[in-house]
Amino acid sequence: MGKIIELKNVNKWFDKFQALKNINLEVNQQEKIVICGPSGSGKSTLIRCINRLEEHQDGQIIVDGNEISENTKDIEKIRAEVGMVFQQFNLFPHLSILDNCTLAPIWVKKMPKKKAEEIAMNNLERVQIADQAKKFPGQLSGGQQQRSALARALCMEPKIMLFDEPTSALDPEMIKEVLDSMVDLAKAGMTMIVVTHEMGFAKEVADNMIFMDEGSIVEKAKTKDFFDNPKSDRTKLFLSQIL
Amino acid sequence: MKNIPIKPNKENLTTYVSIGSIFIFIGFIDLLAYTFLNFNLTEFLPSKLSFFAPLIFGTIGLYLIRIEFSGNKFLDKININFNSSNFNAILTLLVIFALIKYIPPLLNWFIFDADFAGNAKEDCTGEGACWVFIKVWLNRFVYGMYPDAEQWRINAAFILLFLLVGASFFVPAKSKKYLLVFLLFIYPIIGLKLISGGDFGLEFVETGRWGGLSLTFIVSAFALILCFPIGMFLALGRRSNLPAIRYSSIGFIELWRGVPLITVLFMSAVMFPMFLPDGTYVDKLIRVLIAITLFEAAYMAEVIRGGLQALPKGQYEAAKSLGMGYWRMHFLIILPQALKLVIPGIANTFLALVKDTPLIFVVGLLELAGMVNLAKTNPKWLGMAMEGYVFAGLVFWIICYAMSRYSQNLERKLSTERQ
Repeated sequence: MGKIIELKNVNKWFDKFQALKNINLEVNQQEKIVICGPSGSGKSTLIRCINRLEEHQDGQIIVDGNEISENTKDIEKIRAEVGMVFQQFNLFPHLSILDNCTLAPIWVKKMPKKKAEEIAMNNLERVQIADQAKKFPGQLSGGQQQRSALARALCMEPKIMLFDEPTSALDPEMIKEVLDSMVDLAKAGMTMIVVTHEMGFAKEVADNMIFMDEGSIVEKAKTKDFFDNPKSDRTKLFLSQIL
Repeated sequence: MKNIPIKPNKENLTTYVSIGSIFIFIGFIDLLAYTFLNFNLTEFLPSKLSFFAPLIFGTIGLYLIRIEFSGNKFLDKININFNSSNFNAILTLLVIFALIKYIPPLLNWFIFDADFAGNAKEDCTGEGACWVFIKVWLNRFVYGMYPDAEQWRINAAFILLFLLVGASFFVPAKSKKYLLVFLLFIYPIIGLKLISGGDFGLEFVETGRWGGLSLTFIVSAFALILCFPIGMFLALGRRSNLPAIRYSSIGFIELWRGVPLITVLFMSAVMFPMFLPDGTYVDKLIRVLIAITLFEAAYMAEVIRGGLQALPKGQYEAAKSLGMGYWRMHFLIILPQALKLVIPGIANTFLALVKDTPLIFVVGLLELAGMVNLAKTNPKWLGMAMEGYVFAGLVFWIICYAMSRYSQNLERKLSTERQ
């Protein structure tokens, strides 16, 4: 299985503040990576750089063979292959759940409406909210909204899925339903990079764990090693607080 | 004095209510007698006290009947809605008194003393409104100086418009967009050609002779339809990342927002032709339309920008993450939401635009208010300003109120919030 994402010496600044310091990372196809770390450590910034919602100033990011930089002509094409799920769901409130799911396939991938709806219903079935397809986002619970957002991203049939703290804005009861959908997705072989504090999910799904602090990757290890014998003291401290 | 229980209570309900009612009754009788019979019941009091007597009697009466949970439904309703405190009691009385005092004379002027019959100023008695003036001039108020024999063309153009708009409510959703395209792009040409003439055996009528209500509609409709997309692009331009586009949008908006419409219209009439090569002539109606459109577009841009700014950043990010480019993101995701948010502001701008149309008199175009202005200076009809302006005001109010109601309906229809 080949590399699908490669980051080489990536640096990013917000004005004077350095958000990412010398990030090196390789992600193979079908690999599942969970990134954890204290808030402000650059986890979200890192995955947002991968689909260029944030711009990096230094280093190389290569996604599926295309380098991402300000010279990238068709950043939209790359983004279409990289699905993203946000902390705040970011569903389009003026469209029904079904329209949320079919809009991008129809307009970006030029898919016929019938086929787009078929795919959308399949994906909504997959996250178990097919019966809510005609409703508007404002009429659903947080957990249902986040699963809709996941289905929406999947409708673009992405090669990679990014998750930016997908369960942080949810009630405890609803976290499980979203995580279950994500576990299903992982078992189906999707390449996933997940920023989350759900360590149970990480233990179940992740191939590799990354711990970040102050903009750099402090530790990267196989999931079992990461939890059983973390190497750096900073990781140990973090794990002792979160577990 | 100390032994008398001043606070109205439930035990002596009947007593308090009867005494209170008598006080209120006296107050009203005093006012009615003074207003309609010109007879002052309280003349024996000092003049100032006498003037306020109805209010004083009424307030005392309302105080006496203010008994909570009296058990009488009617009394409770009055107390809760109109009489919950002394201040509210006084306000209630003032409003009722004002209605009694001012509504009858207004009605008299409008209807009972007004003159409807006849066709000259001499047919009016002068006690009430002289609606004969409106009746005689109605044709001019609607069609301006447009030749009588050709007025069917204006009627035909507007009837066609109403039929098309009416049809848009009934045709199936699929053909709706074709109808809309026809309405927006082809109908205006047909309508204008029909009214201006010059071809197809129709007599040419120069725009200087257009006028009245029909001109109000023509100017408003064109400016409304054109200023909206221009305003939208200006709003997007002002938020653009490209400095050239951003600064030219800002410059355009601030320039047009900073000058009064009346000077813009003067410029369009006087200055604009100077910039054109010799011999080219742009009709003054078109110049005015361009001026009003650009002027209102600047306001529209700021209204729409308000909506754009109200959208959370997440909506942009979600659209981008799905692979949408700038235009798809804006036309599919951002603008539909932003425009829905600012429907009240857009309606506001549209209403202001309709009410700004009378200003085109500065270039010699007379729409409804302009025609009224002209008619009142006719030697045979001097002194009819009041009737004319009231009529024009009413017509404008009807147009604007209809637009306002439509915008409210639209807001309700487009709402996807949790019910």
